[in-house]
Amino acid sequence: MNFDDTPQEAEFRAVARKWIAANAPKEFEEELSKSSLGRIRLAKHDMVEVGKAWQKKKAEGGWACLHWPKEYGGRGATPIERVIWQQEEGVYGKLTQPFQIGEGMCGPTVMAWGSEDAKRRYLPKLASGEEIWCQLFSEPSAGSDVAGLRTRAEKKGDNWVVNGQKIWTSGAHYSDYGLLIARTDPNVPKHKGLTMFFLDMKSPGVEVRPIKQANGMQEFNEVYFTDVVIPDSQRLGAVGEGWSVSLTTLMNERMSIGSRLATGVPEMFEFCSNLMLEDGLAIDDPAVRSKLASWAVKASGLKYTSYRAISALSKGERPGPENSIGKLVSGLMLQDIATYAMDLEGAAGSLTGTDEEQANGQFQQMLLSSPSMRIAGGTDEILRNIIAERVLGLPGDIRVDKDVPYNKIPTKGR
Amino acid sequence: MNFDFSDEQKQMRDEARKFLTEQCPPKAVREVLDGKAPYDKALWKGLAEMGFLGVAIPEQFGGAGAGHLELCVIAEEMGRALAPVPFSSTVYLAAEAILIAGSDAQKQKWLPKIASGDAIGTLALFEGKSNPSPKAIKVTANGGVLNGVKKPVADGAIADFAVVAARTGSSGRESDISLFIVDLKAGGVEVKSLTNIDLTRGQAEITFKDAKAEPLGAAGEGWSVITQVLDRAAVLTAFEQVGGADRALEMGRDYALDRIAFGRPIGSFQAVKHMLADMYVSATLARSNCYYGAWALSTNAGELPEAAAAARISATQAFQHCAKNNIQVHGGMGFTWEFDCHMYYRRANAVALGLGSLSYWEDALIDRMRKKNAA
Repeated sequence: MNFDDTPQEAEFRAVARKWIAANAPKEFEEELSKSSLGRIRLAKHDMVEVGKAWQKKKAEGGWACLHWPKEYGGRGATPIERVIWQQEEGVYGKLTQPFQIGEGMCGPTVMAWGSEDAKRRYLPKLASGEEIWCQLFSEPSAGSDVAGLRTRAEKKGDNWVVNGQKIWTSGAHYSDYGLLIARTDPNVPKHKGLTMFFLDMKSPGVEVRPIKQANGMQEFNEVYFTDVVIPDSQRLGAVGEGWSVSLTTLMNERMSIGSRLATGVPEMFEFCSNLMLEDGLAIDDPAVRSKLASWAVKASGLKYTSYRAISALSKGERPGPENSIGKLVSGLMLQDIATYAMDLEGAAGSLTGTDEEQANGQFQQMLLSSPSMRIAGGTDEILRNIIAERVLGLPGDIRVDKDVPYNKIPTKGR
Repeated sequence: MNFDFSDEQKQMRDEARKFLTEQCPPKAVREVLDGKAPYDKALWKGLAEMGFLGVAIPEQFGGAGAGHLELCVIAEEMGRALAPVPFSSTVYLAAEAILIAGSDAQKQKWLPKIASGDAIGTLALFEGKSNPSPKAIKVTANGGVLNGVKKPVADGAIADFAVVAARTGSSGRESDISLFIVDLKAGGVEVKSLTNIDLTRGQAEITFKDAKAEPLGAAGEGWSVITQVLDRAAVLTAFEQVGGADRALEMGRDYALDRIAFGRPIGSFQAVKHMLADMYVSATLARSNCYYGAWALSTNAGELPEAAAAARISATQAFQHCAKNNIQVHGGMGFTWEFDCHMYYRRANAVALGLGSLSYWEDALIDRMRKKNAA
């Protein structure tokens, strides 16, 4: 048991560190290091533009999507080298946010199911950040039950014509391409009538409307499709195999280890170390210490759980299911931490001022943003189901609609 | 990075599990639970023969000379099996104290006996309702004899010797505390068994009346040694707790698969599934914190104090959580004497206190994190 790099890993780390020191946009370092959940914003610059510049530079240096094969814009690096890169990239990794869906989900799906031509055409530009991808899965009536989606794709000659609506699409407003799952056969049970496509987000009939979120920000979108034409060459996998294809996408999401998962604990520790209460510093209060300690061991537990996964990768093994707990633990913890930080401020805790005294408003922002962490990418309840069924081997839920043709499933408003 | 046990260590874990499955089934634990024996003597002898008692004791002192990582994997299995033997008192506390502070002669005298199962040891630290603190120590040492009362002392009624923390000064500082080895079978020692919630592990009150005591380590260094011993024992005990938590989770899972209600296995109800998923989360977080503790312990890293506290807190919470909800999953049957759930519940809540309570370790963790941040 050790934390040491192998000689090859150490060499890789040294090269990465040197390159980052010479090339990273240091002018943003401080701002990035201060930004936590709900606040990854740059005061005077557009996040996407700064991100694109960094991604482009990385691609030129051979550091973009580095676990991908070279011919598709990667470096052919091992999974463990990818983790080392993420560790070294540090705060600049926050700039990769606009590309994470593409790199983590869309790209691997194209890689697994796309034609050789498609891979060579799309993946290098995805890797370099020149083209941004989004994922069009969720719908107003298909969230946790995503296989119940309604967006229709109908075959017309060599093309498909798409009508419907997607929702919760991160980055659709600045994306160039989208990975789309649509219903191609409503006469068979819901999982069997789906097909996966990708499309140009500038196609006629695609309309992106931002959603004003509960936290006042606009990061997600609704995407409407009206007679949108997609060539059959942009289909991924066979007709009716869309569900299997989507599982590749979601599997890749689960495999993305490296944990840029925010827990709120370092921020909270610093906050309590500086906050003066009536009887002294917050961190000297036994009740505060007890809560802090419980959160700290959750955060360290997550960190070392990811280290266990990294070790498995380093040995060429597949990480176990432990990594599935990350979002479930951190989402709720962020919310609890934000609530408690504000509680310590008393009545003033409700103020959203962004001055020093108000801890830059970070906990208020965290409070307002954290509900999404417990919903996006699988709700807490879905994640518990996954752990219960796939890890502990408990029975699946009874699915009354499983073998019913999709168009016979009772539903509201169709 | 290789943040995992080696294949040899995993093999040792498998051997320990096999041995304990055969030699320490719930039926054997119940012999002690029902008061038929103070501890499982046959199991203790077997553990010695397997080399488990001396796994971290150097070969020159009669041990296997393997190391603390090997001890961690065995600890996990001991916790899983609820082994009703004085393993933690003897191996994590007494032996570690002697390894840290003992003279060569003391090591030669006690460690081989521990490894061979011929001596049971313990640490006599607490004196009533308090967490580890030099201020709480009132037992005095003067002219080579001890006077005062220690309570509770884990496995005190069956121990042959104890490492005793006693007061040798009155300056109000930690340096007032020194350690001694006391032969509990000698004169001037009165031992009284105390009942406690974990009926598979004994607790005792020990009264010293001019009991002969031999210094362990330098005078005034006692508290520093105690702190080191508690950190080591915290990691090792945390592995026991993780073993217990995992077993409680498995019991709950198996019962949820087996028990039918409303025409379906109760494990198909989300309320039950989610309870079990949350138990898995706790147990996983604890295991990962324990691995870090194991690394720090085995390398004697500067991170050990923080790592030990984190492992201790996380494992205490996980075992309590899993043991409690295992009963809940079992419903009424979980509250019977006949089912084993209560044995885990008892152990989880007793072991949570033995080295200092959860709040004590929470406090310690924050202190240690601050120290690190300040450095």
